[in-house]
Amino acid sequence: MKRTAATAARVLTQIRHDPRTIALMLVVPSLLIGLMAWIFTDTEVFQRIGPAMIALFPFVVMFLVTSIATLRERRSGTLERLLSMPLAKGEFIFGYALAFTLVAVLQTVIAVSFALLVLGLQISGSLVLLFSVAALDALLGTSLGLMASAFARTEFQVVQFMPLLIFPQFLLSGLILPREQLPGTLEVIGDWLPLSHAIDALGDVAAGTEDSGTWASLLVIGAWILGALLVGSLTLRRRTP
Amino acid sequence: MTNKTACIQVQRLSVKRGKSLVLQDIDCELAPGRIVGLLGPSGSGKSTLLRSIVGNQITAGGTVTVLGQPAGHKSLRHRVGYMTQAASVYDDLTVQQNVAYFAKVLGLPDAEATRVIEATDLQDQAKRLVLDLSGGQRNRVSLAIALLGSPDIVILDEPTVGLDPVLRAELWALFAKLAKTGICLLVSSHVMDEAMRCDEMLLLRNGKLLAQLSPGELLRRTGASDPEDAFLRLIASGGLGSAPPRDPSTARHRAEGEGS
Ligand SMILES: Nc1ncnc2c1ncn2[C@@H]1O[C@H](COP(=O)(O)OP(=O)(O)OP(=O)(O)O)[C@@H](O)[C@H]1O
Ligand SMILES: [Mg+2]
Repeated sequence: MKRTAATAARVLTQIRHDPRTIALMLVVPSLLIGLMAWIFTDTEVFQRIGPAMIALFPFVVMFLVTSIATLRERRSGTLERLLSMPLAKGEFIFGYALAFTLVAVLQTVIAVSFALLVLGLQISGSLVLLFSVAALDALLGTSLGLMASAFARTEFQVVQFMPLLIFPQFLLSGLILPREQLPGTLEVIGDWLPLSHAIDALGDVAAGTEDSGTWASLLVIGAWILGALLVGSLTLRRRTP
Repeated sequence: MTNKTACIQVQRLSVKRGKSLVLQDIDCELAPGRIVGLLGPSGSGKSTLLRSIVGNQITAGGTVTVLGQPAGHKSLRHRVGYMTQAASVYDDLTVQQNVAYFAKVLGLPDAEATRVIEATDLQDQAKRLVLDLSGGQRNRVSLAIALLGSPDIVILDEPTVGLDPVLRAELWALFAKLAKTGICLLVSSHVMDEAMRCDEMLLLRNGKLLAQLSPGELLRRTGASDPEDAFLRLIASGGLGSAPPRDPSTARHRAEGEGS
């Protein structure tokens, strides 16, 4: 537990030394949500897409940040060094997860405040639930990023995992075309992807229609996180060839 | 066969990396309280042998026993300090933050971080980002981390690369001091004149252990006047033959004759 906290603190300190990244992480989501609101001025579309955007950012940003950060740990030898010390793999992973979830929640607070106060987005449901979904999203991005970093040897490769792992989820989430209208197979796939559930859950929160389906969505996301963390931890090897 | 006092025992160790056998049938025993130098040309397998002793390397055969436990055993993680060849430190943290983080991972107090920073003469750089340090300073940060918690075994992969002669001498003095406390110090290098500072040397070439002996013995047996020359003669003769060859050219000649 102490080592998890130390690892999270270390990751946060690293980010703190990089003010430009912090600024980008915190400001870009608000800018893009603002752009969306502008595009859909005087329509009902923003009210539907706004919450989905809030689901998207923590996921995408944390995926990128984690995959690159852990790839750097693997390549620079710091991971090898840590694993030859009494650090459990779980402590390493949860240290990262903790740090990036905190950043993601901060990012969401800013984006949501901006969307509510400046853009006039309506959130009728519970804000606590909203931040919980954002935090879960961030965890999902972190765990998938950890996993992706194991299958990449360079930064170029790891960045290519983003279109591979994220775009299809976005396309099948129902934002482009409602999932019911997708071809049968794609609908089924879309119904099981975690981003679809995050977007559904945030839609419920925004409309104030949280029900058992919302909680089921959170469970599905949770299951994906556990699965990705499991695969991710299997890729942290003390012994390497 | 097994020696109770040895801190590291390697028996018939073989390691495959990629498709090639980079270590073949290595046998050696290292006693505590001395500096053991691991010397050999680039690509001879020094780092691979050190990784095997730390327990980070998947091996193809043989055993490595460290302090009576198989290499990489859980109980050894507090007791083995390892400095990798490339400085494994975080560029975007300061020296102090790097060392303090690894100290926390090892469950050590902050005072221990301060101690190793002083031991490696990094006080003046403590508050600077590692990114802004010179190569030699970066290496010393990595060394400082390997010394955290006064481990019983310290394994250093080319710790003196990129250092000026003064600092190099200081570090070797530090190594000697550490060895006096009874720990086992294994230091790799491909600079042969550093060999003279070791109590004992392991000479590695093409994944095979050519010899384990003291620097004085190496000079005596090869009849060379400096270790560089001695190593060349040793390579040329393909190991420690009976009579030391007088002159490297005849030795090379002989090795060719035997090799086919
Ligand atoms: N990850 C790897 N995959 C495949 N082969 C490797 C790998 N790392 C090292 N090798 C090979 O293993 C052999 C031994 O490498 P090693 O790093 O142990 O040499 P070294 O003696 O430490 O060299 P140097 O003095 O240059 O550091 C070399 O031939 C090298 O090409
Ligand atoms: Mg090496």
